[in-house]
Amino acid sequence: MTTRVFVPCDSSALALGADAIADAIAQEAARRGVSIELVRNGSRGLLWLEPLVEVQTAQGRVGYGNVESLDVASLFEAGFLTGGAHARSVGLVDDIPYLKQQQRLTFARLGLTDPLSIDDYVAHEGLVGLKAALGMSAEAACQTVLDSGLRGRGGAAFPAGIKWRTVREANAAQKYIVCNADEGDSGTFSDRLAMEGDPFALIEGMIIAGISTGATRGYIYVRSEYPHSISMLNAAIGKARAAGWLGQRVLGSDHAFELEVAKGAGSYVCGEETALLESLEGKRGVVRAKPPVPALVGLFGQPTVVNNVITLATVPIIFARGAQFYRDFGMGRSRGTLPFQLAGNIKQGGLVELAFGVTLRELVEKFGGGTASGRPARAVQVGGPLGTYLPESQWDIPLDYEAYAAVGAVVGHGGLVVHDDTSNLAELAQYAMHFCAVESCGKCTPCRIGSTRGVEVIARIRNGDTSEKQVQLLRDLCDTMVSGSLCAMGGMTPYPVLSALDHFPEDFGLRPVQPKAAAA
Amino acid sequence: MEQTSAPAPDELVRRHASPGASLIAVLHAIQDETGFVPPEVVAPLARAFNLSRAEVHGVITYYHHFRTQPPAPVTVALCRAEACRSMGTEALAQHIEGRTGCRFDAAHGASGHAEQAAGREVELESVYCLGQCALSPSMTINGALHVKVTPAKFDALLEQARESAASTLAHKESV
Repeated sequence: MTTRVFVPCDSSALALGADAIADAIAQEAARRGVSIELVRNGSRGLLWLEPLVEVQTAQGRVGYGNVESLDVASLFEAGFLTGGAHARSVGLVDDIPYLKQQQRLTFARLGLTDPLSIDDYVAHEGLVGLKAALGMSAEAACQTVLDSGLRGRGGAAFPAGIKWRTVREANAAQKYIVCNADEGDSGTFSDRLAMEGDPFALIEGMIIAGISTGATRGYIYVRSEYPHSISMLNAAIGKARAAGWLGQRVLGSDHAFELEVAKGAGSYVCGEETALLESLEGKRGVVRAKPPVPALVGLFGQPTVVNNVITLATVPIIFARGAQFYRDFGMGRSRGTLPFQLAGNIKQGGLVELAFGVTLRELVEKFGGGTASGRPARAVQVGGPLGTYLPESQWDIPLDYEAYAAVGAVVGHGGLVVHDDTSNLAELAQYAMHFCAVESCGKCTPCRIGSTRGVEVIARIRNGDTSEKQVQLLRDLCDTMVSGSLCAMGGMTPYPVLSALDHFPEDFGLRPVQPKAAAA
Repeated sequence: MEQTSAPAPDELVRRHASPGASLIAVLHAIQDETGFVPPEVVAPLARAFNLSRAEVHGVITYYHHFRTQPPAPVTVALCRAEACRSMGTEALAQHIEGRTGCRFDAAHGASGHAEQAAGREVELESVYCLGQCALSPSMTINGALHVKVTPAKFDALLEQARESAASTLAHKESV
């Protein structure tokens, strides 16, 4: 009997030697004359266990974590092909609490399948959504997205259905679907896991977006820092085209859709949708003023849906199971699930997809298992480099777009970076301004100049000039950036800076103050 | 055919500037082939795209990914963003500078003048996020990704990269 052995081909696993492990397993199996089928699956998202080798047994898939090539001979000795006990064993993977307690919808297939196998994809509910969408009017399809409550997962949380409807109702000879895969936020990697682990879901979601809005061309703009994602997508698009998903007649229907990957070039601000469109057109990635919105005047001046990878990759399950199914997850106006990403100084980093409403404490302590260093966690930055640093007193707020906005924080793309008690929040605040200075597109003054002035004034405070005048200067500067910047780059860089200043003044050499009335 | 010299700029542009391709895609193709974007391609690119040379120069210099000088034989790109900072990337950066005798981002030059690149063996670049934030700190060495990098792991990787670069060079010279 042939045993199926899974060795992930995700870039995290590859960076930890997964190819060498796969080779060693194949060689050892050949040497012993045992028949195995080696499957290169996507990551399960349990990144702290990578490389996670799995074996299909009668009881389910048994896992072996943090495997090295040198372990392979002893794994065979221990009978790992029948789930034998070994120091690396983590038991049945589906029973690992970290995974078992998740609500995987967008990532339902993650790690279960070979990301480039259409057969695997179809056997795991793939294409059900697209077939449902092909049986609907464009109007009903846009209404389905609206009814699902799906909001933009890139961070801005704009209702996807409204964007789609606007594009559908716009009159133009050519419309576009653009996938924003410029995932530049530190602490986020869910787009990468989706592209590397389940690229067909993104492709299916983009085709559904195309037929729902009348757009016949799609682009996936992927950052150049993700070369493995780019090659996985290109391979998947080739297979999808060969299988008749793309081209003049999508799955034999009257709808046409073409799709290609465009590679970014290392500019963070190109994750902002208008800068991304400029970059797609081959220009400097400089932000455009809005209005007009891209849904009306987008790529090459035409109506364009710009959605994040996770937004688009969530579309297939909404069409497969219905808007109501998806809507039943979540709280308030934050419907469905969000793939949270546990990152930074955390013991069990990885992807945790859960309905909105979970708290930071649950994510960091229950799932994450505390810090990697073993020291007390001190601050968690949620929502990337433009997100707020939350002190422990705020870790019990439910993760929901509105509940976070109420305390001046953002959920963003769902990334959280944990810092332990050795961190210096003043240094991190200065870094936030430095990052803005490095990455600003330069179009608006508050961002271009403000970020450099911000670095200077924080450096002065850190160097001992802790006078009220300097602190006021920093606050005034932040106010100018928040109110006067064209996009979130300059407009939100003050979030980490001010939260560091407000919650961790001692790191700036300032005396902790009792918060006065916040509103002014 | 001379192996070590770069193709002529006009030839490079002709080969890669296919109709409908964006300027950025063509710049990627040129850099993928030659390792950098030679300043001499600006004029032929401007002609091919019906742009001014200033516009082409503007695009090349806007994006961090494009380089106008050949890379050093060993190029290290270390993530300096928040997740890696929380796991000691700044201490690692200091170790790397000490170990290699090079400075991070020297090619960009804080004063606006690029440091002389010729003859250097190692080049250190800061990057902001490689998407491996659960396995920090991360870096690439000559494009190969490494995660959970410690000073000791870096030293071993650097040694491997130096040996591999030296053997590539020896191979080129023998051709």
